[in-house]
Amino acid sequence: MKQYDIVIIGGGPAGLAAAVSARDNGIERILILERDKELGGILNQCIHNGFGLHTFKEELTGPEYADRFAQQVYERNIEYKLNTMVMDISKEKVVTAMNKEDGLFEIQAKAVILAMGCRERSRGALNIPGYRPAGIYSAGTAQRLVNMEGFMPGREVVILGSGDIGLIMARRMTLEGAKVKVVAELMPYSGGLKRNIVQCLNDYDIPLKLSHTVVDIKGKERLESVTIAEVDGKGKPIPGTEEEYTCDTLLLSVGLIPENELSSSMGVQMNRITSGPVVNESLETNIDGVFACGNVLHVHDLVDFVSEEAKAAGKNAARYVQDMGLEDDGQTIMLNPENGVRYTVPSTVRPAHMEDTMTVRFRVGNVYKNHYISVYYDDERMMHRKRQILAPGEMEQVILKKEDLLKHPGMKTITIKLEEE
Amino acid sequence: MYDVIIIGAGVSGSAVARELSRYKVNACVLEKNEDVCCGTSKANSGIVHAGYDAQTGSLMAKLNVEGNKMMPELSKELDFPFKQCGSFVVCLEEERIKDLEELYERGVKNGVEHMEVIKDKARIHEMEPNLTDDVAAVLYAPTAGIVCPFNLNIALAENAYTNGVEFKFDTEVLDIRRLENGWEIVTNNGVYETKYIVNAAGVYADKFHNMVSEEKIHITPRRGDYCLLDKSAGDHVSRTIFALPGKYGKGVLVTPTVHGNMLVGPTAIDIENKEGTATTKEGIDELIEKAGMNVKDLPMRQVITSFAGLRAHEDHHEFIIKELEDAPGFIDCAGIESPGLTSCPAIGKMVAKMIKEKMDLQNNPDFVGTRKGILDPATLSKEEYKELIKKNPAYVNIICRWEMVTEGEIVDSIRRPLGAKSLDGVKRRTRAGMGRCQSGFCSPRTMEILQRELNIPMTEITKSGGNSKLVVGTNKDAL
Repeated sequence: MKQYDIVIIGGGPAGLAAAVSARDNGIERILILERDKELGGILNQCIHNGFGLHTFKEELTGPEYADRFAQQVYERNIEYKLNTMVMDISKEKVVTAMNKEDGLFEIQAKAVILAMGCRERSRGALNIPGYRPAGIYSAGTAQRLVNMEGFMPGREVVILGSGDIGLIMARRMTLEGAKVKVVAELMPYSGGLKRNIVQCLNDYDIPLKLSHTVVDIKGKERLESVTIAEVDGKGKPIPGTEEEYTCDTLLLSVGLIPENELSSSMGVQMNRITSGPVVNESLETNIDGVFACGNVLHVHDLVDFVSEEAKAAGKNAARYVQDMGLEDDGQTIMLNPENGVRYTVPSTVRPAHMEDTMTVRFRVGNVYKNHYISVYYDDERMMHRKRQILAPGEMEQVILKKEDLLKHPGMKTITIKLEEE
Repeated sequence: MYDVIIIGAGVSGSAVARELSRYKVNACVLEKNEDVCCGTSKANSGIVHAGYDAQTGSLMAKLNVEGNKMMPELSKELDFPFKQCGSFVVCLEEERIKDLEELYERGVKNGVEHMEVIKDKARIHEMEPNLTDDVAAVLYAPTAGIVCPFNLNIALAENAYTNGVEFKFDTEVLDIRRLENGWEIVTNNGVYETKYIVNAAGVYADKFHNMVSEEKIHITPRRGDYCLLDKSAGDHVSRTIFALPGKYGKGVLVTPTVHGNMLVGPTAIDIENKEGTATTKEGIDELIEKAGMNVKDLPMRQVITSFAGLRAHEDHHEFIIKELEDAPGFIDCAGIESPGLTSCPAIGKMVAKMIKEKMDLQNNPDFVGTRKGILDPATLSKEEYKELIKKNPAYVNIICRWEMVTEGEIVDSIRRPLGAKSLDGVKRRTRAGMGRCQSGFCSPRTMEILQRELNIPMTEITKSGGNSKLVVGTNKDAL
């Protein structure tokens, strides 16, 4: 069986950045396993711009952003295998995969970085009633058809869900010659970035109907119409508010789910809110030497933050392989999301293992105006930052400093919560 | 002139075709859809009923029990998934145990073997730990089972085809006229002559019956909504769990599927539209509410898809399988609702026997009664699999990640006899797209394979034939 120091599952932005970082931290034997025919992951179909503002201080398209990292992988001669499907990862970190060149093969890894990304929620998960004709696509599937293959899924489009991919596809379909009639969003707020609402809907006069959902789908063979209705505070359609839109296409942008089938089957503990692994400050899961980063860990809005997170995962995996023998004083602090903060990544911090600073990322559960993000060390408020607006569609972060934590040796919990004052 | 034309390529029509192909006969199946298994046969519970439900002495009871007994062997001959998982009928009230016992008695009279009324709650929960704590007793029928309805139908049709029966798809029967020595069938796709007609048209069987007979029948499309749960919920129960029957059919059942999902359904809503397979919010809500009555903690949040099927409910709730007195040469296979799927092997045998005797058909010396299904690499050992992918690397390329369907299987599904021509055709044969992402990942990839294998442009590829085209043109072509 071939041996590698670090095997990275997935060659998208997270996997690539993790690989580069692991190499730069001194690891020679690294292997990236990618199921698609090229590196870059989902970015390859994200041909719009707006990527890399944080990382490269310039606006790149998805493929350009991916290529920056792919180039770094090539320059460092990091090994990768394309068209390779990972079938299984054992607790002992034996990775079973297959491709046309090697057939079915196994690799023993010292450390594994999970970077499989996420997938889209489907219609089925929403129980949208009606017929099941052709013309109903998840937004990402439509994006692939249009951007990678050059095919129009339809001419007249209704979009359910205002996730970023749905918003981006509203603009793309318009640019390619389709009529996007409406975007309906179940929640009273959008699930996407503010900038995408402005640039993808407002600029093209596409109406966004908040607190609306699809209540009927007509058309036996090809989609003929979609009926949307307003919903009440509990998400139930309000009778009498139905509006029927003739259309041949319904795109669904109703959420992303981290793709953790491999992680779960190897025994990685999951966070019920993020649907991603529970990780500590090193982005390490409950299984020693198994790390996670990017959308498989929790769904991000901006790839820049994926790269940043992956860089940390790569470095930590390198340290694990090199067995830097960090003194462990046994102190583990729980991160506790409260009052409007839905989750945090990571879930725990061991101050002895952390870098000088550590970014804690989280999302809020609703739209909040003029609220404070507060950080408590046990019962003592240490951070209190006012924000004009907080929304579920925009990931938030706080930065913890190692020196602060070391000043609180007995600390059990760090609570992050929203406060009105 | 054909000897026999069968209208409809569902399970009944295909079973008749397969049984007829044992004989030297010039037979043809006309199907209005682009594929076999497009009507009632594709959207049902996939249950092989034990046979205690139907009234003793009815044709339904007889064929159910016969079909149940034939299914294990047939599944081996034709290589389709079948599992004899057994079933429970759940009784929640002490005072209704007598109804359960009545069901048991009826089953015994119908010829169902090995049944048992279990009142020992500890034993019930040992067998099905997730059954409701309110259970009073269950009727256990170990001979009940589950089957892949698609592959049962497809296997019957494929086997009939390889034994010489013709199939004409996208061929809708518009009119039937009596000839001196048989029938003339007018379709959108030509006019055909035949000595015998087998009317296996599902919810449309009344339409064709009534074209030729003065004794009218009436079939109501009785809609059943279903929810399919993710495989992670697939072992919530290990047997088919029925409610004690009420006024409308068998109530909401909860069953594992042969592929490891969990299925909840059906509702029973009588409608007019014979194509009315739209699910409704009310229907789905009803399922969510009723499913929990017999099974606890059912994870309804793990629904990956919902769908609706139409049962061909004849007013007298009985199979009508006979040659019409006022229309000799016209054989009905009508009112084939539950337990139609279970009964289909027996229906096929019964109808083929009728025709054989009428026409004095001779045995087909070339008949081959076995068929191999699409090779599923998951059934191979690691070594066998390594051999396979050496020979054919297409079996490495995974197209559907959830159901682990490879390009090799999809190509097989398209190239084999009566192969798939659409995305749904591929899906029913291989399960590509039936997993938890519901084809979000695989559909563009499967479309590419269809395009290549069928040598047609992408714009001609359909979800399920007809006008169900998946893409309408190329970028900016309308600008």
